[in-house]
Amino acid sequence: MRHIISILIENESGALSRVAGLFSARGYNIESLTVAPTEDASLSRMTLVTWGNDNIIEQITKQLNKLIDVVKLIDLAESAHIERELMLLKIRTTDLTRAEVKRVVEIFRGKIIDVTPTTYVVEMTGPSDKLDAFVKTLDEDSIIEVVRSGATGICRGEKGLHL
Amino acid sequence: MELSGGEIVIQSLKDEGVEYIFGYPGGAVLHLYDAIFQQDAVKHILVRHEQGATHAADAYARATGKPGVVLVTSGPGATNAITGIATAYMDSIPMVIISGQVPSPVIGSDAFQEVDMIGISRPCVKHNFLVKDVTKLAETIKKAFYVATTGRPGPVVVDVPKDITDPTIKVPYKYPKKIVMRSYNPAVTGHKGQIKKAVELLLSAQRPIIYSGGGVILGEASRELTEMTRLLGYPITNTLMGLGGFPATDRQFVGMLGMHGTYEANMAMHESDVILAVGARFDDRVTGKLAQFCPHARIIHIDVDPASISKTVKVAIPIVGQVKPVLEQMLEFIRESKKQPAKKALAAWWEQIEQWRSIKCLDYDRDSALIKPQFVVEQLYAVTQGDAFITSDVGQHQMYAAQYYHFDKPRRWINSGGLGTMGFGLPAAIGVKLAYPEANVACITGEASIQMCIQELSTALQYNTPVKIINLNNRYMGMVRQWQEFSYESRYSHSYMDTLPDFVKLAEAYGHVGMLVDKPEDVKPALEEAFALKDRTVFMDFITDRTENVYPMIEAGKAHHEMKLRVAPGTTTDRELA
Ligand SMILES: Cc1cc2nc3c(=O)[nH]c(=O)nc-3n(C[C@H](O)[C@H](O)[C@H](O)COP(=O)(O)OP(=O)(O)OC[C@H]3O[C@@H](n4cnc5c(N)ncnc54)[C@H](O)[C@@H]3O)c2cc1C
Ligand SMILES: Cc1ncc(C[n+]2csc(CCOP(=O)(O)OP(=O)(O)O)c2C)c(N)n1
Ligand SMILES: [Mg+2]
Repeated sequence: MRHIISILIENESGALSRVAGLFSARGYNIESLTVAPTEDASLSRMTLVTWGNDNIIEQITKQLNKLIDVVKLIDLAESAHIERELMLLKIRTTDLTRAEVKRVVEIFRGKIIDVTPTTYVVEMTGPSDKLDAFVKTLDEDSIIEVVRSGATGICRGEKGLHL
Repeated sequence: MELSGGEIVIQSLKDEGVEYIFGYPGGAVLHLYDAIFQQDAVKHILVRHEQGATHAADAYARATGKPGVVLVTSGPGATNAITGIATAYMDSIPMVIISGQVPSPVIGSDAFQEVDMIGISRPCVKHNFLVKDVTKLAETIKKAFYVATTGRPGPVVVDVPKDITDPTIKVPYKYPKKIVMRSYNPAVTGHKGQIKKAVELLLSAQRPIIYSGGGVILGEASRELTEMTRLLGYPITNTLMGLGGFPATDRQFVGMLGMHGTYEANMAMHESDVILAVGARFDDRVTGKLAQFCPHARIIHIDVDPASISKTVKVAIPIVGQVKPVLEQMLEFIRESKKQPAKKALAAWWEQIEQWRSIKCLDYDRDSALIKPQFVVEQLYAVTQGDAFITSDVGQHQMYAAQYYHFDKPRRWINSGGLGTMGFGLPAAIGVKLAYPEANVACITGEASIQMCIQELSTALQYNTPVKIINLNNRYMGMVRQWQEFSYESRYSHSYMDTLPDFVKLAEAYGHVGMLVDKPEDVKPALEEAFALKDRTVFMDFITDRTENVYPMIEAGKAHHEMKLRVAPGTTTDRELA
């Protein structure tokens, strides 16, 4: 099963390589990994998307917790949560396809943020599978570039990951 | 007090109560060595190869429980230390390694003798630090010791760029008494409810067994373990790393378990209904084929590292905490409990175990005309009255040492279990002898292993650490040859050397005593003679039966109840080898 693991980690140089190294050394799957500073400058927040059976996920969270720099983590899959990913997509358009692409972007609640006579740049956020679904609606040959941020997420309600 | 970075390192070690630094100098640590020169509170042991420094420091830690300290220069000094760091890491040994680094401004420029020590060591340390600010140096060293020695212990590297130790830059020094790290809070006591549940299960067992490991030694809990085991009257087995955690000469001890464990230990594990695992990590050498591991047992597992629990084998009752307080709590519950161990079932269980024990799986041909390696270990046990510190290298000799030297006390058996590092034994013996100058220290080794760190014979002379080297010389990488015999139809591919040195002369060249022993009747007198030479290092070259194999054995892919046993005494001596 796919899990989104959210991690608060000391903002030290090398913290990212400890996490990445752990995944490669132990052969865990990694779909995406994002890191950014938090409101507290001494901490970074990482969001990691991985998959595996319950045993593997248990080991992954234990091994992550074991890293000295990891302050706290939460497996979002354990409770109700919201997942979002940002995607920027450059599409080649022709007079014939422009209107149709625009309509589909609107259906998916995306935005066209750059327009040239032959291209659109689309900005879209949503759960990763929604972004996948949008990409599938397009003619493969029309896609020039896809840039995805990797998933991030947050718990619903009072629950959360903080010190 | 204002000190330079170099002085801060040494003063911090002093304030930490460090007795010995095992090290080797070089450009990046010259300021540090100058600071060492200015004092004599912390003694520096100059090894002959950085690997030797790491093993000596590691063994010092294994024997004393105090962290070992290593100092190496950047680049090749740092990389030479890696094998020893990984060795300590696999066996959870507390160690602090200070490595020199090129000056901060040139880091990343492929400077002379630059390696990314933080990157290279990352997968084999508990944690590492790159010091970027001399004012944080003392605090970083304190953190290193704190992390290395608490929770599940392990090696910690502190990488110190040369400019940080600049003698002209002095900063106020204060060594922190205590350190708090918000990201690191290892468990101590176990969950009371879990412990209660564990005691209930333990007391309801019909065919119980206690399986204890290195965590009991590391956690100083052998007294509690022994008390509880005796109170319950249950059989107990130890892993290779756990030997000495419970007295091996006690009737309740059924021997080591696992690949070269005893028949009775492995059978008892296989047939048990409740297992209490204490500070052991279900290693593959122990479990054999996982799918058939202890099919009837419900398992209680005490371990300070949550990641050790249910990693390979699912357990029924996990208890995360230090073995010592957890066992104390268990003892209290057992004493309070109205329930008693199931007497009748236990009697029947012991009867079964004695039956397994009666096959005497460790018997070998004691009448052989050739020196049997097992015989040497037995005689060593007799001559040292079972009270020596025994270090070992890796191979058959290591297994014979574990099987035939009966350790009644913790921290007496010093070997590389997890990484299985050949070359460990000799520097380890030096580290132990420095810690306990009055004790008998012997290194059981093989002619292949000993050559991996033989240069430390020179260190042994310089620091007057008279250890006895018991070289079980079978003219083979015996352990490799054994696997080739069993699994590759005796195709002995590169498991021997044609050009062994004359070890007696070699020992003499290093300034020690060398002895060649090639007859069984000479074994004991030679050992007595060697141990009577209290202040000399003695290299004893025992020419042993080269065809001997380690039995019993669980071969790859087999389960506990499928052990390969020695066919009959004597049958292995007359086999022709290619
Ligand atoms: C040639 C060769 C053959 C071998 N054959 C065998 C064999 O036949 N049988 C065998 O047993 N081994 C054998 N080994 C060794 C094997 O590879 C492992 O090193 C060993 O089995 C691990 O021992 P352990 O489970 O006690 O764990 P250790 O590596 O000692 O780990 C200790 C465990 O205790 C925990 N711990 C540490 N401190 C504490 C504390 N204070 N409180 C609570 N928990 C703590 C740790 O988290 C860890 O899980 C062999 C090795 C070699 C090189
Ligand atoms: C550094 C290292 N290299 C290779 C091995 C693989 N290995 C394990 S045992 C062994 C042979 C050891 O031979 P020896 O020291 O003579 O001991 P014996 O088995 O003959 O008692 C080898 C090569 C190892 N454990 N460590
Ligand atoms: Mg050999």
